[in-house]
Amino acid sequence: MSVRLAVETIAARAASRLSRLVGTGGGTTLPGKLLWKLDPGAIDALAARLPQGAAVVSATNGKTTTTAMAAEILEPTWRLAWNRSGANLVSGVASTLLAERGAELGLLEVDEGALPEVIRRVRPRALLLGNLFRDQLDRYGELELIVERWRAATAALPPDAVLVVNGDDPQVGDLARGRNGAIAFGIDDPQHARPTLQHAADSRYCVRCGKPYEFAAAYVGHLGDYRCPHCGHERPELQVRATEIELDGIEAASFTLETPAGSIRVRLPLPGLYNVYNALGAAALAQTLGTPLEEIRAGLERFGAAFGRFERIAVGDKGLLILLIKNPAGANEVVHTLLEGGAPTLLLVALNDAIADGNDVSWIWDVEFEPLLGRTERLIASGDRAAELGVRAVYGGLDEEALEVQPDIERALDRGLELTPPGGELVVLPTYTAMLALQQIVTERGLVKPYWERT
Amino acid sequence: MKIRVGHLYPDYLNIYADRGNIAVFDRRARLRGHELEVTAISVGDDVRPGEHDLLYIGGGQDREQALIAPDLAAKGPAIKEAAAAGAALLAVCGGYQLLGRGYVDRHGTSLPGVGLFPHETVAGDRRMIGDVLLECELEPGELRTLAGFENHAGRTRLDPGAEPLGRVVAGFGNDGESGYEGCRVVRSIGTYLHGPLLPRNPWLADWLLAQALGHATGAEPHELEPLPDRLEAEAHAISAQRARDRGGRF
Repeated sequence: MSVRLAVETIAARAASRLSRLVGTGGGTTLPGKLLWKLDPGAIDALAARLPQGAAVVSATNGKTTTTAMAAEILEPTWRLAWNRSGANLVSGVASTLLAERGAELGLLEVDEGALPEVIRRVRPRALLLGNLFRDQLDRYGELELIVERWRAATAALPPDAVLVVNGDDPQVGDLARGRNGAIAFGIDDPQHARPTLQHAADSRYCVRCGKPYEFAAAYVGHLGDYRCPHCGHERPELQVRATEIELDGIEAASFTLETPAGSIRVRLPLPGLYNVYNALGAAALAQTLGTPLEEIRAGLERFGAAFGRFERIAVGDKGLLILLIKNPAGANEVVHTLLEGGAPTLLLVALNDAIADGNDVSWIWDVEFEPLLGRTERLIASGDRAAELGVRAVYGGLDEEALEVQPDIERALDRGLELTPPGGELVVLPTYTAMLALQQIVTERGLVKPYWERT
Repeated sequence: MKIRVGHLYPDYLNIYADRGNIAVFDRRARLRGHELEVTAISVGDDVRPGEHDLLYIGGGQDREQALIAPDLAAKGPAIKEAAAAGAALLAVCGGYQLLGRGYVDRHGTSLPGVGLFPHETVAGDRRMIGDVLLECELEPGELRTLAGFENHAGRTRLDPGAEPLGRVVAGFGNDGESGYEGCRVVRSIGTYLHGPLLPRNPWLADWLLAQALGHATGAEPHELEPLPDRLEAEAHAISAQRARDRGGRF
């Protein structure tokens, strides 16, 4: 380590302790921001110190969960520098590399927009790209702009790095075309295909010629087995696949994981096809890092969901089930999963519009809430844009009598718990900052530990 | 009364939850005892003037807009004929751009337009993104506000003498400098505002429905009976406040 880097590192670590002491939460990105300001090149040096190099994960949906699954698989083998708090901008990556001094392998979840910068600096040995859906258009601009950034990111990958892509996503799969040693993963189980593409599906037009794709199977949003009847552009050959999928309501998903190293049956303790995609990505990534199939299976089966994405919390004799919603594709999967498990009649939905949620709340109209609204006897709309959410629900067919608007999240939570019968579970669908607010409330009430103290 | 809506390119132009606008037309028409019949008009389908009381076109990304632009330009004369015969029209974002004379995207590619609205659009380097608040006067003496969200690279310049939809109270508007947003030609409204636009601005939905009913019956449009709109008003107030607090400006 250079003298300069050493001095900056000490200053930044001190900032982390300070931020935790003053209670601004986990000290997640402050030291990284400081280091980034002092010397952006320091991140390159920190990453270069990792003896096993680094693996990077990005996607619109599921990147936190996928990275956490990969961590569960890899942790028995290596000491990881893993940004588990979900701080996934350049500053978050810097903070993680700073904090984990003795780490052997970097495991970094990275924001879609920050990917080219992180790839250029960290020079990972493996890059996993999961999916691209419309998300926070107010922050990122158009989906095409993200595709361009990802193209720049893959071009900046070291030549011997392994690119792992979701072959079921036309835009993402295409990024691996012509790259040596690239791995494509996907689902091969037409039994679980949806009858039609969801409303406002992305990437339904051929990346090459612009004509509509034909989908032999669509699994999650536009993810599936596509082919352009006009120019023949089609899903690449899959090296890592999930077959013979069995969905067990909101409890679990089982599937056969087929890889070049053999096949194995996995029971994932998380629901839904979208989590099968997350598991496939984590498995493919771990395999490129040399993990044996049995260890991959064991890691996936041990997995407990990532912070707030799917979380069950006991509150006395009642329970909370928290499922993050943040964009149409992800929220549609949450709705689908709830329907599979027997839809709840009481629901708390919390919509905030901070930068991390998206200032633009129009996406709630692209979510297929309707099947859920048809069975809801009581909907508590909460968050800064509670009224907007209420309008959405009523225009979507909810009886106005069934709606309660309570912008304050703590009061909404208490109201929801009051309406939940003993032994029952309150389903809460928060956007990102609403989820953070919920986390804080349940932490302050002593129901769970702060996330930075969890093991 | 049946109100016939032609929804242009719902499979291509749907980036900002355009179906929310359709849902608002539908519910508000039903609550007044009318029926809304929505037909999709996509690539290769004809627009037959007189068959629709209300045309709707939403927004897409540059890629989708480029895919439908030639088809839309071919439909241009029929759309203009329908509007001239009194059909109401709402165009949002990308649809608003393409109903002008044309659009030059960020790669410098020119897309032909319909020429219904007297304007031209050229993509700029910086996107104009944020909450917006407008003040409108569609009927003389009736000042109303519209609250929404904008996200566009295009700078739309109205011809001299063209009627904007409203004055920008907060946000960028057509080009970030003129102080105006959108465009109106008789019963046709074009705007960058999504959010979607109508759920939190139900008065505009009612105005468009009244125009559409006028076309359907052949009578002069008259105001629809008001609805309570308590939640809608709350949603509008928060959105308007957002625009005042954090609306975009250069």
